[in-house]
Amino acid sequence: MIQLEPTVVILLVGSTVAASCALVGTFLVLRKMALLGDAISHAVLPGIVIAFLISGDRSTLPMVLGAAALGVLTVFLVEMGTRTKRLREDASIGVVFPALFAIGVILIAKYAGQIDLDLDCVLYGEIAYTPWDVLFFDGQNLGPKALWINVTILFLDLVFVLLVYKELKITTFDPELSAALGISPVLVHYALMSMLSVTVVGAFESVGAILVVAMLVVPPATAYLLTDQLSRMLLLSVVFGVGSALGGYYFARWLDASIAGAMATVAGLLFATVFLASPRHGLVAKLLRHRRLSLGMSEQLLLLHLDRETESSTLDTVRRRFSWRESYLGRIVRRLQGRGWIAVSDDGGVRLTADGSAAIERTGQDSLRHVVS
Amino acid sequence: MTPEPVLPIRPLADPESDREPALEIHDLTVAYHTQPVLWDIDLTLPEGQLIAIVGPNGAGKSTLLKAVLGLIKPVTGWVKICGASYRRRRSWVAYVPQRESVDWDFPTSALDVVLMGLYGNLGWFRRPKAAHREKALDCLDKVGIRDLADRQISQLSGGQQQRVFLARALAQDARIYFMDEPFAGVDVTTERAILALLQDLRATGRTVIAVHHDLQTVAEYFDHVVLLNMRLVASGPVQETFTDENLQRTYGGRLTVLTQATEDLLKARAQDPSLQHRGGRSPG
Repeated sequence: MIQLEPTVVILLVGSTVAASCALVGTFLVLRKMALLGDAISHAVLPGIVIAFLISGDRSTLPMVLGAAALGVLTVFLVEMGTRTKRLREDASIGVVFPALFAIGVILIAKYAGQIDLDLDCVLYGEIAYTPWDVLFFDGQNLGPKALWINVTILFLDLVFVLLVYKELKITTFDPELSAALGISPVLVHYALMSMLSVTVVGAFESVGAILVVAMLVVPPATAYLLTDQLSRMLLLSVVFGVGSALGGYYFARWLDASIAGAMATVAGLLFATVFLASPRHGLVAKLLRHRRLSLGMSEQLLLLHLDRETESSTLDTVRRRFSWRESYLGRIVRRLQGRGWIAVSDDGGVRLTADGSAAIERTGQDSLRHVVS
Repeated sequence: MTPEPVLPIRPLADPESDREPALEIHDLTVAYHTQPVLWDIDLTLPEGQLIAIVGPNGAGKSTLLKAVLGLIKPVTGWVKICGASYRRRRSWVAYVPQRESVDWDFPTSALDVVLMGLYGNLGWFRRPKAAHREKALDCLDKVGIRDLADRQISQLSGGQQQRVFLARALAQDARIYFMDEPFAGVDVTTERAILALLQDLRATGRTVIAVHHDLQTVAEYFDHVVLLNMRLVASGPVQETFTDENLQRTYGGRLTVLTQATEDLLKARAQDPSLQHRGGRSPG
């Protein structure tokens, strides 16, 4: 077994966790169930503890199974709640997961002596220790345990998404059609939720519940702002997730702070950047689009106004007619002058040029005439 | 399975169940909690016709479709499609849900949505291939929006979205089409295109059972009408069934408001000829 540098181990664990979370998280976000990830990441706690108590050691498989069982139970209970039609999903989630989490906390407190499980570690995790928690098999050092677990989970998630991509897509987009076609949305839903539970619990031990939630929701949400294609959204989510993990590690070293915290922070910063700068759904693009539109409309209004009031228009009458600020009017006038559509005389008189009249005919914006009149 | 490279609408090949009605509903009762939504429906509908399901809001029209398609579990009763259970006839049936029933911001293209109509035939795990894509494109062509195949679905107008849904149903290549308000919220051009499509389906021996909300066009568009208001009020050929008396029984007091409005409009038209070319639509 080759010895990996601790840094490499941490980067690999962070990246695999981020990639697995991005894959399942994409479908959570699209199903408008992002908080279910949060709920499951907490509600699996009693499952882990019970698996501990039964198996008597910290072996991974019983823990994952226990967590997965509790994850599915969470989904089932949440759905029972929503089915009353009185509780919406958010309220139902809010009822179920604190209760389950609390049971887990009590179990830990009660059996604290027997359980080597630290609540802080569960919540916040400590990815920095993962290189030294190694797996032994037959006396052989097989390398860091967290790496084995998370690579396996990433592999399972990849196989799952590739295998039932089409089913995930149709049950997310149109569950009714899917049911009518014989592709059971319930079955797909529970399969996805099982994968979510397994992913969460694997990531849980290594990086903590908080980072898991960040990795489940933030990279897919970032990707959603950038693309209109599901396959590309999955890919971008993984890229953003892994990017946050790698960037976060070096950010943490620079800050000398919590690695998991820095990874979640980088994910948040990436989201904020995309939220502002995304070409189609970004805030800046929206503002610019709105501004362009309003400038264009104002230009047309001014042209049509001048077309009616051929003789008497001055900058001043126009400004009062439309209640435009001076600077705004100045911009519009400059733009129209630049195209040679209007002419402004020294005393402030404004008139339409021949080119301007032709432009009105061309754009055929006669429908706007009634606005001006 | 490779889809046959044929035009989306081909004549029905096998008249295997010719003598069976398209849809047979017996003693169907559906309830949400304790509140019945459909009460003891007995209904038999013929094949090869355009059939409208008409009734006031909350009459259970959509619920009826969903119960037939097994999306809602009825309290009592059974449904047969061409003489067998829905489960056995799944591949004979296509469903066009209401446009609002899905999230149009979902990251996918028009072509992808149409491809979903083929998922049932594909079965679990198998992915659509080039031949399926061709077929989906043909279906988009049939509804007149082949050029929008790669457009993200939120960038489509309401009418175009409705056409995508219809193309998806065409892709299912079914025998019976269930549609929930196919004409809702579309412009006149799209309404004509959809009607032409439904007539094409009928011409090839297919059956369309559609929830319809516009009483003005029922007689013009459909052959057969089902009047529903929790109970079945009437069902039969439009000429005999779509009568004032039956409408009164379906809509009860609510129709009087409607008739009042129609009468007012007629009076106004008689007095002001300029209103005439506008038909029943409000100006502006």
